[in-house]
Amino acid sequence: MKSEIVKLLTENARYTFDQMAKMLGCDAKTVEAEVKALEKEGIIKGYKTIVDIEKCEDAPVSAMVELNVIPKADLGFEEVAQRVAEYPQVESVYLMSGGYDLNVVVKGKSLHDIARFVAKELATIDSVTSTATHFVMRRYKEMDVILCENEGDDREYIL
Amino acid sequence: MIDYSKVFNSTVEEMKPSGIRRFFDIAATMEGVISLGVGEPDFQTPWHIRKAGITSLERGKTKYTSNSGLMPLREEISRYVERKYGVKYNPENEILISVGGSEAIDGVIRAVTQSGDEIIIPQPSYVCYEPMTALAGGTPVIIETKAQDDFKLTPEALKAAITPKTKALILPYPCNPTGAIMEKEDLEKIAQVLKDTNIVVISDEIYAELTFGKRHVSFASIEGMWDRTVTINGFSKTFSMTGWRLGYACGPKEIIKNVTKIHQYAIMCAPTTAQYAAIEALKNGDEAVENMKKEYNRRRKLMVSSFNEIGLTCREPKGAFYTFPSIAVSGMGSDEFCEKLLMEEKVALVPGTAFGESGEGFIRASYCYSTEHIIEAVERTGRFLKKLGK
Repeated sequence: MKSEIVKLLTENARYTFDQMAKMLGCDAKTVEAEVKALEKEGIIKGYKTIVDIEKCEDAPVSAMVELNVIPKADLGFEEVAQRVAEYPQVESVYLMSGGYDLNVVVKGKSLHDIARFVAKELATIDSVTSTATHFVMRRYKEMDVILCENEGDDREYIL
Repeated sequence: MIDYSKVFNSTVEEMKPSGIRRFFDIAATMEGVISLGVGEPDFQTPWHIRKAGITSLERGKTKYTSNSGLMPLREEISRYVERKYGVKYNPENEILISVGGSEAIDGVIRAVTQSGDEIIIPQPSYVCYEPMTALAGGTPVIIETKAQDDFKLTPEALKAAITPKTKALILPYPCNPTGAIMEKEDLEKIAQVLKDTNIVVISDEIYAELTFGKRHVSFASIEGMWDRTVTINGFSKTFSMTGWRLGYACGPKEIIKNVTKIHQYAIMCAPTTAQYAAIEALKNGDEAVENMKKEYNRRRKLMVSSFNEIGLTCREPKGAFYTFPSIAVSGMGSDEFCEKLLMEEKVALVPGTAFGESGEGFIRASYCYSTEHIIEAVERTGRFLKKLGK
């Protein structure tokens, strides 16, 4: 039940308890209680809107920054990752397998803004040994939603 | 000048256009219409299946196949129907690949029907059986299935419809538009009625994989029924492959041989690209089908509860992808209801009467649409009923 609710809300966070209850074949009170529990357990962290920011005025600029890091003896990557996550400019932080350690998604008002943030803040952290910044040029899909214009429903009535 | 009044076969001239069409021709001219009308999946054909079609083109597989269809595909179908429904067919001569399930249905009807033969058709059901029978020179004998029987075919009704002229029975389950299914014990009762007759059963099982809660039982798997049954199935609904136009008929070699003759002269063979894609669908498509089914099931539950909530009594459809709510509460006939709903709230639905007179008092709503779309359409329908004071 819980995983079904998470799946539904991941698809559309605006489903009402009643709508979810209908799809799951239970009553709205049960769904409400489950959602509250999921929030309390910290499985559901929040609800946000998917925006095609390229259509907005003053659209922010984003970059993926690859960080190489020297892990601490006891704490591994936790300490530096948490420190990086504290910055409001940082949208997400992931520990990666492969060629580098942390993938940091950074947003800013301009390329310059981000460049300055990487140079002054991220690159100067003691355990960070190198950075590589890749700017996002265009967005095609965001959180499972295709952003480019699609063709719509082209089914015909044939019978 | 040619006198067209003397040109046409009168059976064709008297054929009415499908009742599904009428409203959609109107709807197509209006802005902001939201439809629950179409009878095909909204999902794309799963990518790995499309890829198999593309690969076949890249490799230059652009020729005709044999009349019966690619042997590897018939072999896959043979394995598939055995593992799914426990029925065995020899790919050599008991399986025919057709252009959609429809062509196979038409072929079987034509292969068995002579002038004056009666073909029994339970209704409400898909719109093609009656005109196909008429075109073949047969006489459609309609059995009106009832809501109180969950729109199942009952042995009593079947017995009453059989005459010495009865040639075949169409068994359209899981049923478009009612969503009814026939369970094993229902089919066994039908088998009891048929066992000492010479009646061929054309079992249209195109929605076999879209049943909810109960697994589909193939009529050919019922004891003693294999040798009188032709099972029609296809790729359109299960694998979301409507545009590929690919179906098949499985049956005893005596029947398939004769259907293949018609297919050979009228069609030659089913599209080659589609046949290659279909091999991939049968081999590796189960997971994709399961995922689509989960989504259909969610929409199905949403739609049934929502219709009941706004006052349209809606039974739980156990198969296909339609709900068939009663509109008795509106006090209107199906046609009037659909027309007013379209004009006032811009919701396009199909009147039950499009599927036979016994569909009067019902509407067909397809759930081949996103949940958001369904929610909006039902909301508008609810508003329409409220305005009526219902």
